[in-house]
Amino acid sequence: MSLNEFINDPNLLPWLIPVGPLLAFFIIILATNRGRLARRAPGNPNYPDYDGMPVPEVTPSSIVLSVAVGWLGVMIAWVLSLITIVRALGEEGFGEHVFESGLDWLATGATALRMGVMVDPLTTVMLMMVPFAVTMIFIYSAGYSAGDPRKSRFFAYISLFAGAMLTLVVADNLLLLFVGWEIMGLCSYLLIGFWFEKKSAYDAAVKAFTTTRVADVLMLLGIAYLYAETGTLSFRTILRDSHLLEELANQPAIILGGSLSAAALMSILLIIGTVGKSAQFPLHVWLPDAMEGPTPVSAMIHAAAMVSAGVYMLIRMFPLFEAGSNLHGHGAEFAISTPLIFMAIIGGFTALFAATIAVAQDDVKRVLAYSTISQLGFMVAALGIGAYVAAAFHLITHAFFKALLFMSSGAVIHAMEHGEHHVHEHHDHHHDDEHHAEHDEHAHFDPQDMMNMGGLSKKIPWTFWPFLIGGLSLAGFPLLTAGFWSKDEILAEAWLGLTEGFGPHTFVFITLVAAAFLTAFYTMRQLALTFAGEPRTEEAEHASLTGSIAISMQLPLVILAFFALTAGFVGVPTDFPVFGPVFADVFPVEEVHVVDEAAEGGAGFGGEEEAASTEETAATGEEDAHAEEAGGHGDLKSNWFHHFISPTLIAAQEPPVIPFNVVPVLFSFAVALGGLFVGWAVYWRNPLETGQEDPLIGFLGRPLHNVLKNKYYIDEAYDWAFVRPIRWFSEVVVNEWIDKGLIDGILHTIAAIFTFIGDLLKVLNTWLIDGVGDGIPHLIAAFSAWFRRVQSGRIQQYLLIIMAAAILIGLVFAFSTGILTVSAAG
Amino acid sequence: MVGSFPFPILSAIVFVPIVAGVLILFINGEKKDLIRGIALTSAVIVLALSLGVYFGYRGELDTVGEMQDTLNGDGGELVASQMFEEGLAFQERITWIESLGISYHVGADGLNAPMILLTGMVAVAGVLISWQINDRTREFMAFFLLLVAGVYGVFIAIDLFTLFFFYELAIFPMYLLIAGWGWVETREYAAMKLTLYILVGSVIALVGVLVMYFTAGDFFAENPQVLQMAIDNGTLPAGSTNLSFDMTHIMVAAEAGAFNLPVLGLEGLTIARLWFPFVFLGFGVLAGVFPFHNWSPDGHVAAPTAVSMIHAGVLMKLGAYAALRVGVQLLPEGAQTHLPWIVFLTLINVVYGAFIAFRQRDFKYVIGFSSVSHMGLVSMGFATMNLTGMTGAGLQMFSHGAMTALFFGCVGMVYDRAHTRDIPSLGGFIRQMPWVGVAFIIGGLTSMGMPGFSGFIAEFPIFVGMWNASERISLSIGNFALTNYYSVIVILAALGIVITAAYVLRVTGQVFFGEFNRKLYPEVGDIAVVDRAVLILLGAPLIILGVWPTLMSPMIELGLGPVLAMMGGS
Repeated sequence: MSLNEFINDPNLLPWLIPVGPLLAFFIIILATNRGRLARRAPGNPNYPDYDGMPVPEVTPSSIVLSVAVGWLGVMIAWVLSLITIVRALGEEGFGEHVFESGLDWLATGATALRMGVMVDPLTTVMLMMVPFAVTMIFIYSAGYSAGDPRKSRFFAYISLFAGAMLTLVVADNLLLLFVGWEIMGLCSYLLIGFWFEKKSAYDAAVKAFTTTRVADVLMLLGIAYLYAETGTLSFRTILRDSHLLEELANQPAIILGGSLSAAALMSILLIIGTVGKSAQFPLHVWLPDAMEGPTPVSAMIHAAAMVSAGVYMLIRMFPLFEAGSNLHGHGAEFAISTPLIFMAIIGGFTALFAATIAVAQDDVKRVLAYSTISQLGFMVAALGIGAYVAAAFHLITHAFFKALLFMSSGAVIHAMEHGEHHVHEHHDHHHDDEHHAEHDEHAHFDPQDMMNMGGLSKKIPWTFWPFLIGGLSLAGFPLLTAGFWSKDEILAEAWLGLTEGFGPHTFVFITLVAAAFLTAFYTMRQLALTFAGEPRTEEAEHASLTGSIAISMQLPLVILAFFALTAGFVGVPTDFPVFGPVFADVFPVEEVHVVDEAAEGGAGFGGEEEAASTEETAATGEEDAHAEEAGGHGDLKSNWFHHFISPTLIAAQEPPVIPFNVVPVLFSFAVALGGLFVGWAVYWRNPLETGQEDPLIGFLGRPLHNVLKNKYYIDEAYDWAFVRPIRWFSEVVVNEWIDKGLIDGILHTIAAIFTFIGDLLKVLNTWLIDGVGDGIPHLIAAFSAWFRRVQSGRIQQYLLIIMAAAILIGLVFAFSTGILTVSAAG
Repeated sequence: MVGSFPFPILSAIVFVPIVAGVLILFINGEKKDLIRGIALTSAVIVLALSLGVYFGYRGELDTVGEMQDTLNGDGGELVASQMFEEGLAFQERITWIESLGISYHVGADGLNAPMILLTGMVAVAGVLISWQINDRTREFMAFFLLLVAGVYGVFIAIDLFTLFFFYELAIFPMYLLIAGWGWVETREYAAMKLTLYILVGSVIALVGVLVMYFTAGDFFAENPQVLQMAIDNGTLPAGSTNLSFDMTHIMVAAEAGAFNLPVLGLEGLTIARLWFPFVFLGFGVLAGVFPFHNWSPDGHVAAPTAVSMIHAGVLMKLGAYAALRVGVQLLPEGAQTHLPWIVFLTLINVVYGAFIAFRQRDFKYVIGFSSVSHMGLVSMGFATMNLTGMTGAGLQMFSHGAMTALFFGCVGMVYDRAHTRDIPSLGGFIRQMPWVGVAFIIGGLTSMGMPGFSGFIAEFPIFVGMWNASERISLSIGNFALTNYYSVIVILAALGIVITAAYVLRVTGQVFFGEFNRKLYPEVGDIAVVDRAVLILLGAPLIILGVWPTLMSPMIELGLGPVLAMMGGS
């Protein structure tokens, strides 16, 4: 097959999407990453002191080439994604049929694992976000890592990271998804520990990898169980087969079968995978530490790739989780499956829990890290109450504004470091050639500490405005920002369930409203501490970004800021006052597609919207059946996003459009504006002075503040509860007692007994037998003397002896076997 | 019988190293480069021949598959043994001692062809990595080649006498190599421990085999029509006598029910049930089955690098292979009775080995115990007794063989330069020895089951197989019945894999990352070309197989056809 054929056939095109970055990885690693040994540059923080020994340095030309290759790879992926998106948007009935192709990969018994790619509406939406965000991160990285001697390697790793994420997105089965998932885990290990000379960085890398690994192995077990039961891992084969899902939901699980169905056990194992990957409580501990890595990596992990992958998998596998529940009231009474409750609890709790921690953090990146955990909690909770579309929507908007926020914070840190160098040069006369010292352990000044900042809005305005926009979007500033629309949709769904009196929905609504308030508050706190007032330190006074670095680092911010504002407009509910009709015109929904309309009209919650069908009677037989399954037609129009993404599911599962309700919207307004106002009142109106204590301490009281600042001491608790016991167990119990003590002990006892018997016999031997056989040694000596003559070294003689021996042995064999034959016959 | 070569390729594989080894003994010990040259040449020839066998057999897969389908479809009698015989390629059969039914009978099928390839790879890698050995080079190389020949002999043997012959042949050079060239501190203890364990294990297995041999003889004496039927359908050669050590011969008897006779008139205690644990665990000693694993870490650590490689890489597989070939294939009823409890031992293997590896300070002990842990997965795959899980076990044998040999190669290279294996005092080596660092990481990723590496495609089928088996297998002791426990075991085994990730990362971090101490290790530099060849030779298959598992998995599946047919075609 020619390349042309691949590009022209939309079914084959997805294969090529991850290829660009993956190829870039190999090219950089194998070809362009050329090092040479050079004297360590004075002040170069990337290498420890080797007493002036030469260390490998990458040549400047290879750095330029590597960056170019990395950029090219990701650009190709982006262009191919765009082609795919355009094709998908123009496809009639997309979702019912999709772009896909596959091949057999590993035969296991009667069935074979297939590897394949597939683009359906959900994938298309991911393709809108991932390659774009990744491209921005790549552009930003070029400026960010300027001056890092390992820039080539850095670009190789993030290319692999991007390739893995794209593989995961286009995968048509859980196995290929898992492949991408694990490669990302590996990349996160390599990149978080990128400055591996620094112990804290390497420890963070190990922590990230091990924590997610625990979850991944359980997820793999879930995959194996699913495969053992169904004989396939293809998404569409499993998830679009409602009979199969029903069967799994009715079959008791292999363990805990009393309380769990097979579907529930698989689901929970898979969800645990996401709890690790998307850093949900209680496996969230790795994500804040991952801040040890370079900032573009944080953006990659937090927005474009890793954690999004976890939620993406949940959205992807949602029909399996949902199996056995009835959320939308298609006829029968409300029921919710165990996995969904599990998700609702984990997600709701994590959203609130992480938000409380974020309030008390002073590190500019850590605040964002906890906000990521909290926002992911929103998505997981949304899925837990069946808000499928809202979760996907929030995933996309969050990716835009969180990538923006991370990269902005990186720019802030860079500017602070610049200020730090300025201060050093002018006061200590200490020349530090290395411009980039975020990871310099010897620096006492922490350029990430917000307490050291202040007044930066005037120093780096091109960073300030995007940061502000990103922050407002995160806080859910009403109507104008993307974050508002997606968050509002989640709250609206939860509210609807709350009015029906459903427990999980009530829990989710309360926790998320509280979390949203805190989010707005800590966002404003962060903005104020960083940008408002006057600089609190001399470093902040001299903070600046200049030259090409400023362009490379700030251009992506501006572009992303645009999307952080506008990305939400594709999902404005059509019946939202004023905005709804406006955006319904901007993003029109095609009316011709019958199946979708059946779904669009899917009745509201709990069967309450039993509105009569008004139009759309042109359905063919099969589609008509779908429409009836969906419980009749409502008169609600879905917005563009909802309309586009719904056909990922089969008609019977498609989520209904919920009617506009003013209460959750008022809540959204109140918490966002309220939180922002409180933050403004405390931090922006009276900006902190140098050395002034955080007013939060006075407000919360020092003990509570300490608890929050130390993240509820969970790291310490884990160390105490897991790490130490495992060490103790493996060292003392297993190694010392069982292996060295018991097993070897038995062996050594036997050996001792044998030795004793041997000694006994030896004594007997000396007394008894030696007395008789004193002559034997003499005989042996004589024999040896004779034998030495035989060993003459002449080959002929050896051959003779060997031949004689062979004949003798042959005779013995013939003789003995002959006798044996006789006796056997007899 | 499928496939043939214009010359007896399997015998060539065994006898080339023997001839080369003997030849080397006649050379002046000072001509070290000549000795090395001969050793390398013979190892490369053997590897080429092994590749020939492997891909030669791979070319026959369709034929074998069709044959198995036909036989399975016919549903006639003695199908399994016929399947086995027909699936054997490159057979050679020379009567050795006719009256005892001993013959030199070798052949290759889907189960041993990957092992043959693995042995060839490790043999070449072993010679290359021993390039710098200057102490009694002649004897070292000769013994090493003899060891390789012994290992090969076991893998290709179809006659059980031949199998034991080569089995013992492999142990003695092993003893000498460890005792003579090993780590001074523990080599005598370890060599003795290893030899005793393996000898005792093999003697126990031999007793079981002798029982099978005589029982089959008695059975055929009473039921000559079975023998005749096997001769008629081509499974056995014309003129077969009642007594024979030939595996096909015993398999016919087993399939006809010879081992289902009660022992001592006890209800339910059949020959198969009584003797399976002896045969399986006897060979299992060599596979490191808990609690008979303790020879292996000590042996690995004490052995010189090349011997550790062949020892952990191939010799442990020898035990697992023989346990499958002789234990499961010939005593299927025993397997069905006993594997459901032996699976607990394998679980202990997996978790226990990982725990100990986690706390070792000695670099080589970490890898030694990781082998114990990974070999547990092989036995666990056997215990699934279904195609998926056992295929995973077969893949794991190959994957672990190459991986652990790679690990020991890396450890040896670090040790040769740093002169210490104390993990906390190492650090930062990746900058000095980037090849070794990368190779170690590749091995580490394989061992923790990262997709894209061969470890994953081996572990995943084992997991699936365990889930699949869970519903069918139960264990009853008196009135107490344990059901569905395979799923619990697989979840606990997953814990071992998590710990694997932890110790691999820990070792990687402490040895290869962090700060490098130039004052402590002034001589540490990059590795030689010969060493790079070793790393590529052993590392590349891990990735190739991980990306392209169909290179091997269908072959193993077909090799398992007769085994599963013996167990009732599950």
